[in-house]
Amino acid sequence: MLRYSIKRLMSLAISLAVASLVIFLVIEVAPGDPASYMLGINAQPDTVAALRAELGLDVSRPVRYLAWVGGMLSGDFGTSYTYRTPVAGMIGDRLWVSLPLALLALMLSTLIAFPAGIYAAARRGRPGDVSVMGATQLGIAVPNFWFAMMLVLIFAVDLRWFRAGGFAGWDKGFWVAMHSLTLPAISLALPQAAILTRVMRSALLDILGEDFMRTARAKGLSRRQTLWRHGVRNALIPVLTIIGLQFSFLLAGSIIIEQVFNLPGLGRLVFQSISSRDLIVVESVVMLLVFAVIVVNFLVDLAYAAVDPRLRART
Amino acid sequence: MTRSLILGAVLSSLVVLAALTSFVWTPYDHAAMNIPDKLQPPGAAHWFGTDHFGRDLFSMIMVGARTSIAVALVAVGIGMGLGVPLGLMAAARKGGWIDEVIMRGNDLVFAFPSLVIAILITAVLGAGAVNAIIAIGIFNIPVFARITRGAALSLWEREFILAARVAGKSDARISAEHILPNVTNLLIVQGTIQFSLGILAEAGLSYVGLGAQPPTPSWGRMLADAQTMVSFAPHLALIPGLAIIVTVLGLNLMGDGLRDWLDPRLRVARA
Amino acid sequence: MSLLEITDLSMSICGLEILKRVSLNVGPGEIVAVTGESGSGKSMTALAVMQLLPDLARCCGAVRLDGTDLLAATEPELCAIRGRSVGMVFQEPTTALNPVRTIGDQVAETVLVHGAMRPEQARERARDVLDRVGLPADRFAMSRYPHELSGGQRQRVVIAMAIALQPKMLIADEPTTALDVTTQAQILDLLKGLVADYGMGLLMITHDLAVVADMADRIVVMRNGEVVESGATRDLLAGMRHPYTRMLFEASDHQVALPEPPAPQPLLQVRGAVRDYRLPRTKLFADPGHFRAVDDVSFALNRGERLGLVGESGCGKSTLTRAILGLEPVQSGQILLDGEPVFSGRRPNLSVRRKMQVVFQDPFGSFNPRHRVDRLITEPFHLLDTPPKGAARRDAIAAALSAVGLKPGDATRYIHEFSGGQRQRIAIARALIVRPELILFDEAVSALDVSVRARILDLLAELCRTYDLTYLFISHDLSVVRSVTDRVLVMQAGRIVEQGETRAVFDAPKHPYTRSLIAAAPRLPDLASLRRTPDHV
Repeated sequence: MLRYSIKRLMSLAISLAVASLVIFLVIEVAPGDPASYMLGINAQPDTVAALRAELGLDVSRPVRYLAWVGGMLSGDFGTSYTYRTPVAGMIGDRLWVSLPLALLALMLSTLIAFPAGIYAAARRGRPGDVSVMGATQLGIAVPNFWFAMMLVLIFAVDLRWFRAGGFAGWDKGFWVAMHSLTLPAISLALPQAAILTRVMRSALLDILGEDFMRTARAKGLSRRQTLWRHGVRNALIPVLTIIGLQFSFLLAGSIIIEQVFNLPGLGRLVFQSISSRDLIVVESVVMLLVFAVIVVNFLVDLAYAAVDPRLRART
Repeated sequence: MTRSLILGAVLSSLVVLAALTSFVWTPYDHAAMNIPDKLQPPGAAHWFGTDHFGRDLFSMIMVGARTSIAVALVAVGIGMGLGVPLGLMAAARKGGWIDEVIMRGNDLVFAFPSLVIAILITAVLGAGAVNAIIAIGIFNIPVFARITRGAALSLWEREFILAARVAGKSDARISAEHILPNVTNLLIVQGTIQFSLGILAEAGLSYVGLGAQPPTPSWGRMLADAQTMVSFAPHLALIPGLAIIVTVLGLNLMGDGLRDWLDPRLRVARA
Repeated sequence: MSLLEITDLSMSICGLEILKRVSLNVGPGEIVAVTGESGSGKSMTALAVMQLLPDLARCCGAVRLDGTDLLAATEPELCAIRGRSVGMVFQEPTTALNPVRTIGDQVAETVLVHGAMRPEQARERARDVLDRVGLPADRFAMSRYPHELSGGQRQRVVIAMAIALQPKMLIADEPTTALDVTTQAQILDLLKGLVADYGMGLLMITHDLAVVADMADRIVVMRNGEVVESGATRDLLAGMRHPYTRMLFEASDHQVALPEPPAPQPLLQVRGAVRDYRLPRTKLFADPGHFRAVDDVSFALNRGERLGLVGESGCGKSTLTRAILGLEPVQSGQILLDGEPVFSGRRPNLSVRRKMQVVFQDPFGSFNPRHRVDRLITEPFHLLDTPPKGAARRDAIAAALSAVGLKPGDATRYIHEFSGGQRQRIAIARALIVRPELILFDEAVSALDVSVRARILDLLAELCRTYDLTYLFISHDLSVVRSVTDRVLVMQAGRIVEQGETRAVFDAPKHPYTRSLIAAAPRLPDLASLRRTPDHV
């Protein structure tokens, strides 16, 4: 198990290094010099040069890359070109909105998908299954931002149960903050829950065809007991993969939902930074998102090993 | 099970038909503003109503279908065109360095969710439909590479591939002659699914302003425009949303139906 | 009175009749074997007793276990009966166990699900039962997982689960078909011992008539869902009233007459061949270990000779086959065909390759389902410098198909239109079409029913006469190898442990491994002597 973790950890480090290089190079080829952009078209060349030196843009690319990576490792993400404040602080504030939102959505989607998927698999081909599958077909087809608009229309505009947008802030209290994240989380979670339900169902149906499920029945277990005791845990492996993938979709997807609900999260930060060509912020946020995806995949790999003894033994 | 195939095919072809018809005919000029007629609810004159500039929503939806389909189709083309050969190559050289490089490259692209790729591309090249295509297309490459490799690997174990090797055929020739025809069904099904995901992604990117730019009509941007007016003109949000749902639902139903229909195991059961 | 009484059991799935008025009885302490070829309904009979049939199956008739009619029982009643009054052992031990739960848990579950004992006692019982089936505590802790066990050991766990509550009745569906002969002999012994100890009734489903004759007190022969003949083993073997039974037994021990091989003149030479595989690293930076699949193998195959290669699974015979075909390199040693090396790097040497062809085991996986027969069997033409075209190609196809007993018109059909035996004929046609010097038969008849197998072996003998065939016949089945080869190699753990004239090796094996293989292989009784001395008169 330890060896497995170390091996995964090493591949994690390599992925992060390569990803950071890719991001850095992509941003490097972006047209437009940040210094001239900040000072406007009428700036004097020597003022621009001075600003470039101040921003650390006057050294060679390899040095800049190493400085950027080294800074990130010590928690220093550089200084925003536009706001002249540390990027780390800006990201930190926004992360407190985006991360809880993604986690809340993931929790909701899992809580819905597990029972729904198991229910549908247990009633394969019967009306219960058909209606769950119909609902998931619809759930997959609905764009989450449109669903969010409809939720706002119904629950904020008509019923006035929630505010149409904005974030109350964690300093107003946990429940107040959660209240303003509820609609965004639901709109993120439902389409994902539809996907996860289908994965859970089909994983279970695959397992139901396995020989060992028949062996279990021959021991005297009822259909239901077989499903719960032997089916669910074996079905977890494909389901975990999808949960891992979904987390990254949720973090990135929340960028769009933040637009609908006017939430001060990472997404808003990225769009503001792109329009003001504050590329160092874009670079850092993208790196952070990629970091999250890679780390979640690592955790999923570890979870596999916890579920499946065959993986613990191998490599 | 062919029921879902028929329903899916009908829904999808409706949308494709609307997109094609829009080249020769729309009820009104989709870009013509007519302020006196603004914010009309759906009715006899304007089947889907009008927007805040008095433009005919039905015409805009028809032309918007063009954008959605074009973006998603080209993105699937990019994904298949590059992903399938890569997947075949990786499978033919299983365990070798080519396989390793291709699969690690895949993992890397997978670490960038499509929206993040779009953001990066926008930061570099600016927003636009072409860049949306590239972003979605890049994301499709590892999807097709992975699914092709997975299916090809199990085929490489089969005895008819061994027989072809005994007949002295090269790996490239075996891939083209024996592997590719046997993964086509899978690719068609996955292609339909990626097509529908592409439509959703295009709508999302346009909604946040990273996709098609004005004056190109797009369902996603229609929704973004509708957002401030949703409380007094809900049809502005409802109709483009329903257009997206119908398209995606149709494609997904078709994909599911195709999967069942093309699955040889199920075909044997039917016969 | 009988423990299990099946009376006029009929079963259909969606209107298709699978079982037709099947009747049989099993008494306490009695072993009843149900035998027949694929599609005879023997496995369905077993599943009908367990009432674990496919959802759409409809039964009528009666299945009484100890007086209870299982067809009339409700699902909860059946759950209480399964595992407690009747246990079942399945064919495929590698997939019959849940991979993510320990063997101890899985055996104890049988006890727990019936609420027969408290959890601690259930675990004790599980331990006892595992000991009983030959998995002692010091080597097989309850905390081990199925993937850590071999196929035979897993089958023992499956048996332990089935007998944990000492049911009155045990059903075994092809329990040894997936196992090697030596393991098969041990599992059969175990089953016999359990029947004797516990006085259980055993209903055993198997296609292997040698096993049937050896194990069963009574035999039931089935064909197309019907019982064609049944009776006490000795009586049935001595009498064989039904022609199908007679055909089945004759086909199982089918002998073919091979022509005399010509004077020795070497065609294939294998000298000191070694093939290693790298094992996964056990320590992160340590040198990964190696597994020697083929270990210093040397032999020669003469022109016109029929050579056999026998060995159990994992002995390296498949690896050796691939090396001979030139698909994989050997690390040291040489493999020469007609004096030229068979392996030539990534680019195959076509002039060597065209001298040999292969026929594989799986009649279903050997053909690309998307091509027609003419394209399938002409694939080896790729090896020729000037492949025949037009009329010459058509003639070659027609000749190859006729040679294997098919019609030239079959060339335009797709592979799914053919039965397993016909597919194997097509595979032989594909091998013959370039007139190779050598053909490798890799378990080529192992997946076939006995009657089909007998006809393919006849075809082989006939081809030997018309084409002066030279072949290497690789198989785990000793009786088949004995019948179709002149000389035989016995392979164990990557090495050739014995070789010689087939008859000599089988009649007087020298190596202990060969002796144990031959001893373990179940043999049909000499039918003629049975008939001569009927002891029931």
